[in-house]
Amino acid sequence: MTEGILIGLTTALSLQNIFMVMIGCFFGTIIGMLPGLGPMTAIALMIPITYGFDPATGLILMAGVYYGAVFGGSTSSILLNAPGVPGTVATSFDGYPMAQQGKAGKALAIAAWSSFAGGTLSAIYLLFMAPSLSKVSLSFRSPDYFALMILGLTAIAAFSSKGQFLKAMMMVVLGLMLASVGQDSLSDITRFTFDNMNLTDGISFVLVVMSTFAMSEALTIILKRNDPTAAAKQVSLTELGSIRINKEERGKMYRTIPRSSIIGFLIGVLPGAGATIASFLAYGMERNLVKDEEKEKFGKGSVNGLSAPETANNAACSGSFVPMLTLGIPGSGTTAVMLGALLGFGIQPGPRLYMTNPEIFWSVIMSMYIGMVILLILNLPLIPYIARILAVPKNYLIPLILFFSITGIYVMSFNNFDIYLMIGIAVVATFLRLYDFPMPPLILAFVLGGLMEENLRRSLLLSNGSWEFLWDRTLTVCILITTILIVLWHIYKTFTKNKS
Amino acid sequence: MNINTTKIISLLFFIFSAFYLYTAYQIQVFAFDENAPFNARTFPIYLGYAGLFFSGLKLILPDPDTIKVEHRTLEYKKTAVLIVIAIIYGATILKVGYFLTTSLFLFASYYFLGERRWVLMFLLSFPFVAGFMYLLHGVLEIYLRDPFLKSIGVMG
Repeated sequence: MTEGILIGLTTALSLQNIFMVMIGCFFGTIIGMLPGLGPMTAIALMIPITYGFDPATGLILMAGVYYGAVFGGSTSSILLNAPGVPGTVATSFDGYPMAQQGKAGKALAIAAWSSFAGGTLSAIYLLFMAPSLSKVSLSFRSPDYFALMILGLTAIAAFSSKGQFLKAMMMVVLGLMLASVGQDSLSDITRFTFDNMNLTDGISFVLVVMSTFAMSEALTIILKRNDPTAAAKQVSLTELGSIRINKEERGKMYRTIPRSSIIGFLIGVLPGAGATIASFLAYGMERNLVKDEEKEKFGKGSVNGLSAPETANNAACSGSFVPMLTLGIPGSGTTAVMLGALLGFGIQPGPRLYMTNPEIFWSVIMSMYIGMVILLILNLPLIPYIARILAVPKNYLIPLILFFSITGIYVMSFNNFDIYLMIGIAVVATFLRLYDFPMPPLILAFVLGGLMEENLRRSLLLSNGSWEFLWDRTLTVCILITTILIVLWHIYKTFTKNKS
Repeated sequence: MNINTTKIISLLFFIFSAFYLYTAYQIQVFAFDENAPFNARTFPIYLGYAGLFFSGLKLILPDPDTIKVEHRTLEYKKTAVLIVIAIIYGATILKVGYFLTTSLFLFASYYFLGERRWVLMFLLSFPFVAGFMYLLHGVLEIYLRDPFLKSIGVMG
């Protein structure tokens, strides 16, 4: 492990990779601030550029964009009451009232330090947990992997669907269907290509991500007449106030940060959960744990109320890397995009990653520490200026997003068909978004489609076509029971919600 | 049954799944694979049934869907224009080349979205694309095909 850490540290500390973390954090912060454009869009737009680098650098860049976007989302939550990403909604509960009281600078400082501490602590948890989990996951067999993928897809459908579980499951099936287009990996038989040569190799992952996120988000903004940059024009550079945190406030943060980082990290590790649930749970837990007088301040500018979700959402980001790096199964839509990009590099994440490609495994973890420091430096003094950059009118922003999306596909395929297909999928995705059909389950399913079929194939062949493999191993049974519990819990929740 | 757009989308997905399932059954597999526990059509067949199941449930179950989309407030015209420009861009990019088509695509998009600051529009199209091309082609060594620039001798 020490050798791996040293390899990772050397890779992460190379001038190129430090520069990549900086670029990623900066770009992610800007995109994260824009309401409606989340980390998935930011990462999707970066994918074509990452293919110009080696896999470790590419992943470091994407990781930087990821936590930069979560960090940036908190800034717009505090200054504008317009969360850039869902994971920072809870930040606005106390961050915005604090800004309204003329303490925007202080709120930003608390958020920045909490994010820094949450991210750093969870990177430490990741450092110790990932290799152990990798060792455990070496005992996983095909049926366990198949069950784990079912769990991941069910969980993301349950958690990201805002009560519309069936809609999310339809998106899961659609994602798997899109993944099944092209040559079968074992027999080379073409499927669903309708004699179109352009579909023989299947639909490109970058195409699906770009069209369902970057492009369809841009079209949705135009269609709904939203202006993600409008609120940024109101930010005043002169009214942010002091960024100094006093002793009493620091004392409150010292108590909040460790417990929120643990809950954030653990929630992040769970498939499908992620920063949004982590931040709400941490906020709720903190309100229950503080003294009554502090409880009164929640929603009116509480230091604990701001620090808890900020710590948790950043901790969850690091946590979500655990299933991706150790099992090769992404726990969230964002890490699914990263997994897809890694597969594009020809790297198969999984339990053996930290043995076969230690420089990738460890450098990503090590770069997180560097990223957190960069974000701290970036966020505290530069945020008001970065927020100013956001005053770019949407008339420029939207064409630029479309331009980056189409360029991404063009440089990868040099093919008109892919551009048409991309526009077609983006139009359908825009329409589906209007009616609250969630896109993250589709992406996760698309990424996992090939692996899922492969593991089902192996399991069925080994069991001679019998479905007994589902209950032959204790581990498989445990994973499937968890899946059933998630479904039952969701049905119960929907039922009680409808009743009330 | 309350008919709303979500139900119509579910119905369309049901029909799509049925078509997918039909096509899955038509996948040609090798003769020796025909009766194997798993072949190229097995997984798609399961997916087809899963699609029918979930969309069927969505169709049958009562839906307290409260999503109301105000179509009158939606900006269909600008969205459609943007999509058409993107299609034209896609159709011409290979023949004309990356630089000219991308610059024109950006310029036209700014214009149709209501921008009229000509200098800024120009700066954020032609020089911007040239700079981006330099980053991709010159710095990151990502190949960009451009017959137009090649014909005037700018690109090798």
